[in-house]
Amino acid sequence: MTGFWGQARSLRKLTFWFAAIAAACLAFADIDITTRSPGHELWRMATGLVTPRIDDPQQWLDAVITTLTFSLQGVVLAAALGFVLAVFYRRAWVRILAAALRSVHEVFWALIFIQVFGISTLAGVLAILLPFSGTLAKVYGEQLEEIDPAPARAVQSGDRQSVSHFFYTRLPLALYAMRHYTAYRMECAIRSSVVLGFIGLPTLGFHLETALRTGDYGAASALLFTLLALVYSLRFWFRAGLLWLLVPAAFIVRPISANWSAANLAQFLRDCIPAPLRHDWPLEKTGRWLAWLGEQVASGAWNTALLAQIALVLTGLFALLASTLNSSHFVSGMARRTGDGFLLVLRSLPEYLLNFVGLIILGPSMLPAIIALTLHNGAIIGHLLGRHSDEIEPPAIPTGPLGRFAYHYVPTLYQRFLAYCFYRWEIIIRETAMLGILGIPTLGFYIDSAFQFLRFDVALILIGVSAGMTMGADFISQRLRRNLRMEAF
Amino acid sequence: MAVLLELRDCRLAYPSDRKNQPDRLALAVDELTLREGDRVALLGRSGAGKSTLLRHLRDGLADSASWCPQQAALVPQLKVFHNIFAGALERHSGFANLKNLLLPSPRFREEIATLAQPLGIRELLWTKAEELSGGQKQRVAIARALYQRKPVLLADEPVSALDRRQGRDILDLLSRRHGTSVIAMHNASLALEVCNRVIGLGDQRVLFDSPVDQLDPDTIERLYR
Repeated sequence: MTGFWGQARSLRKLTFWFAAIAAACLAFADIDITTRSPGHELWRMATGLVTPRIDDPQQWLDAVITTLTFSLQGVVLAAALGFVLAVFYRRAWVRILAAALRSVHEVFWALIFIQVFGISTLAGVLAILLPFSGTLAKVYGEQLEEIDPAPARAVQSGDRQSVSHFFYTRLPLALYAMRHYTAYRMECAIRSSVVLGFIGLPTLGFHLETALRTGDYGAASALLFTLLALVYSLRFWFRAGLLWLLVPAAFIVRPISANWSAANLAQFLRDCIPAPLRHDWPLEKTGRWLAWLGEQVASGAWNTALLAQIALVLTGLFALLASTLNSSHFVSGMARRTGDGFLLVLRSLPEYLLNFVGLIILGPSMLPAIIALTLHNGAIIGHLLGRHSDEIEPPAIPTGPLGRFAYHYVPTLYQRFLAYCFYRWEIIIRETAMLGILGIPTLGFYIDSAFQFLRFDVALILIGVSAGMTMGADFISQRLRRNLRMEAF
Repeated sequence: MAVLLELRDCRLAYPSDRKNQPDRLALAVDELTLREGDRVALLGRSGAGKSTLLRHLRDGLADSASWCPQQAALVPQLKVFHNIFAGALERHSGFANLKNLLLPSPRFREEIATLAQPLGIRELLWTKAEELSGGQKQRVAIARALYQRKPVLLADEPVSALDRRQGRDILDLLSRRHGTSVIAMHNASLALEVCNRVIGLGDQRVLFDSPVDQLDPDTIERLYR
């Protein structure tokens, strides 16, 4: 009995502290609406949304193909690399490598690779491949750890592990879950591929950015529906049987190429050496440089932590409420399909795009980023949580929906809910840092300006800081989740 | 007869799944010798330590023993053919194993078909293991043990899900294929028919260990009382 109360109290305490910190952060955050008539812009967007228009079908098709080939090539290569890493996931250095790869956002990877390889297929594919292989290594690795060990023990004595035993007695047991997760990552890759367009690669996002910037909401609407259609269509064509054809086709239609020269690469690598070392500055100048850099690190990290904390708590709140749209405890039949469809559409919209639209309507502040992070991540967790709730029994004593929500639904699902939120925490930090590119002063803002002034040394240091924050959240969340599960016994 | 394994003053424990918890005693063995040609039946109520003793023998005999676990422990997603083949992965090269997973070679098909015939699972070779009934799974696990082709057989209730006649035939087959065997059984009369030595376990120790022809029916009776 004490175990149960201790557990309940610790969950409640944990929630209280996270929410209290978020509320304190809100006091420091800049969340003003700065546009004069947000309603007017919103109305124009709504009109555009219902009148989608494709002006140049050739250009549109080209962008669709690039979006698909980037994501397909990236995911297939990431699955291969992630698989190899997952096989050796018990080794500490593999886990650290995977964590480091996924702690840097696709957009940051792309900013680096565009410097080295220009606007090219290689830059786009590498930007997806590296972080995705880190995520896939982690998930595949965990899936392989969770399988039933009995078949392996039945045919081999002792701890000897051979490649043959792996393929006969371990891989088949995890393969279904691995394929399922890979299909989900393909959906993420399409989103990432679109976002890479916003920073210059020739995917759908490139044209979407132009359309949104110029207020051509009809064209933007067509591109948005194209993104949704691509994500929705995955279930029909992302299948083992078709991939034998589609993957080679992707590499033929958009062969991996780069425009790079050794001189260019050498220059880039030289520029990555911190300026004081590169130019052998006097101490006094180095001191000023360090102070200037420290200011950026401090401001960027502070704002990233602030914004991520608010977004994490609001994401949780939104997810808890939105999950009822996809739960058999509250809706059924047509209503549930509609609710789930709504969550799936929200999930398909990348934060970057939501934030971009939010900036146009609300003007520059942290508010659009908070909304974007909350909607996207909340929809992902809400969808999962709702589906998970189907497994729990209906309450013994029937009550109205509000009573059911407060006395049955939330208490029974709370542990799982927190686990999902903490799982998402590192991703929210990673994305908060990245959204700085759009102008809010998180780390991405300083990283983007460093790239603009060709200060690659500064950019890499700031990317390192952002990766460190992401890995820190990953570490804390792992500890928390382990503790939660331990107390659940 | 040559001695295969000798146990002296062994205290075997259940593997504990939680940390900081002392292992519980499963079986204490003062002296037990396994010789070539022994057909041992392990008898005793459930929890008497039969599985623990078998696991310990398996560790001691390492590469010379075929293993047939109590739960069939098949890979549900693989075909019966591949589950049986998995018994002998060490015998073939890694390349041959992987090739056989995607493209079964005629040689292995024939070997395994011949093996499956007397067990009555020849028609099931290309069925996924998850679609089998309990008795069928058990026969696949037996085929997997046979395919290991080791001189000693260690089996934990290998015929518990089969009817008496089928069980007897299969135990006969297992005995013919292995020079030495140690089989945990719950059916005492079946054990007396196919084995030449009976070890009775109870109260966490060996109660008796005697050749079948010197066994008093009362002794076995007492084991289950």
